[in-house]
Amino acid sequence: MWLVKMAWKNIWRNRNRTLITMSSIFFAVILSVLTTSLKQGAFDNLVKNVVSFYAGYIQVHKNGYWDEQNLDNSFEASNKIENKILETPNISDVSPRLESFALASSRDLTKGCLIIGIDPTKEDKITHLKSKIVQGGYLKADDKGVLLAAGLADRLKLKLNDTIVLISQGYHGATAAGKYPIKGILKFGSPELNEKMLAMPLATAQDFFSAYGMITTYVLSIRKTKELEETAIAARSALGEEYEVMSWEEIMPDIKQHIQTDTNNMKYVSGVLYMLICFGIFGTLLMMMTERKFEMGMLVAIGMRKGKLLLLFLLESVFTVFIGCLLGIVASIPVVHYFNKRPLRFGGSTAEAFARFGFEPVFPTSTDAANFINQGVIVLIIGLVLSLYPAYVILRLDPVSAMKR
Amino acid sequence: MTNGKAIIDAHNISKIYNADTIPVYAVNNVHLHIEEGEFTALVGPSGSGKTTLLNLIGGLDKADAGNIYINNIDITKLSAGKLIDFRLKNIGFVFQSFNLIPVLTAKENVEFIMLLQGAGKTERLQRVQQLFKEIGLEDKLNSRPAELSGGQQQRVAVARALASKPRFVLADEPTANLDSKSAANLLDIMEMLNKEEKITFLFSTHDQRVIQRARRVVTLVDGAVAEDTSNTMMNGKL
Repeated sequence: MWLVKMAWKNIWRNRNRTLITMSSIFFAVILSVLTTSLKQGAFDNLVKNVVSFYAGYIQVHKNGYWDEQNLDNSFEASNKIENKILETPNISDVSPRLESFALASSRDLTKGCLIIGIDPTKEDKITHLKSKIVQGGYLKADDKGVLLAAGLADRLKLKLNDTIVLISQGYHGATAAGKYPIKGILKFGSPELNEKMLAMPLATAQDFFSAYGMITTYVLSIRKTKELEETAIAARSALGEEYEVMSWEEIMPDIKQHIQTDTNNMKYVSGVLYMLICFGIFGTLLMMMTERKFEMGMLVAIGMRKGKLLLLFLLESVFTVFIGCLLGIVASIPVVHYFNKRPLRFGGSTAEAFARFGFEPVFPTSTDAANFINQGVIVLIIGLVLSLYPAYVILRLDPVSAMKR
Repeated sequence: MTNGKAIIDAHNISKIYNADTIPVYAVNNVHLHIEEGEFTALVGPSGSGKTTLLNLIGGLDKADAGNIYINNIDITKLSAGKLIDFRLKNIGFVFQSFNLIPVLTAKENVEFIMLLQGAGKTERLQRVQQLFKEIGLEDKLNSRPAELSGGQQQRVAVARALASKPRFVLADEPTANLDSKSAANLLDIMEMLNKEEKITFLFSTHDQRVIQRARRVVTLVDGAVAEDTSNTMMNGKL
């Protein structure tokens, strides 16, 4: 205990040096937490935008649908399957969809579009589709109208309550054609969805495609997003081989690849940051060891075992690094929360570049507690590893040489 | 010089620097026999080997030749770890520049040695009070080194050296940084401890006033003992 007290007193003997060290650790932790939270937040936002707003975290199709996405690979919707899915742990909601492509036209303008037949209530629970409406109203299950993405509406020069004409191929080669009033305009974060999506009630879509009672997809949402893979495996096992269960990572491997590439790139940035932290801490350790060399020699001379001396210096390092880390974590909490509520938002050419890749140019920080703890622990470990330098000096200490002025 | 119990018995000790190139004998074949209760000054010009000899006797440095017996234990045979323990239990050190730990109070500086020894609180308290009474600084127990004069700091350093109840104290130029009054005061305390508690003192010095107070003076020249005289003989020469 007396060693702890002495270590505490020692760290304050040179108040400026200790404060400089603590400050360097403090700012390093803030920077490190902020960088990680920003990176994590950007990825979370990306997943939320592109995955949660359309694809869902997990999808269930008839086996083989993903390789050949046409209505002939649809399957009959049933409460039995829905219940089986909902009984799988971590799955919170399920929504049926009938998805296919069609040619949309208005006057002399034509454009390909993605038609999604949805159960309006269930779909909204998963993709919050209702919140994307910028004009008009949301769908009801028995509506004959459609919701049109803003980009598609612009391209076809269509407005609310105008009529859109759709032509496609239906179930088992049937001809699909129809005209529908536009009940609402949707605005998506993902520019890709914004350019091509058209939503209509499931029954209307089944009628349009002559695929009565059929669906192509069950879209699933989950409670714990970190347990995505385990949940997909459980659903796969519950539904059997007749169905294919795919996580968003399998549905959109390019997004996953992008996240992985960016994560790897961020490791280099973090590496540089940690190097700076190392230099900061090591510089002060070097200064401290030079300054206290005589004292160390004297302590060994009067009978302090090197092990105890080592423990004393280790405690001093732990106190300094720990306090710096703790203050850094505490100070980074409001900073991270601020940028979570008021995310960084890019405009101009940067925003356009992001849009081309299907990203919303918004960077909210992630408030995941793990970011704070992990960065704090990493900096703490760096501090402790660097404390091996004083340990090395002490173990090699010759009191006579150390006490030479 | 007397026929009492030997505290230090150094035989043929040598310390050589640059042994592979041009050897320099910092200590050259020195014999030194010091008995319990002696008050001995180690004198000589700068570079004569005083500090090196004290370091060798104190087990801070390794001799290249010879044996050093402290309380009949050959310290040249002890491992580095055992030497630290040996120093803690048997030898008190006083350094030229006091070297008190600045963040600790005078009391804590003295207590520090006893903490290293694992002494209990009551024992520590009693010993600290006794030592501060002996050095005449009972009112400075809670002062930090920076609040004490040089002389007071060196008296605390002496108390620290005695905290572990060693039988002898090695002091390297203990008065070098003190004014005459403080030096005289420190020597009074050292003499008192020597006479009343039979603590053996071996100290290096240049200071003629200190040399005059020593009862035995060992003169080193070029690392070898040039003269070993008792106080009366020395005074006669001076």
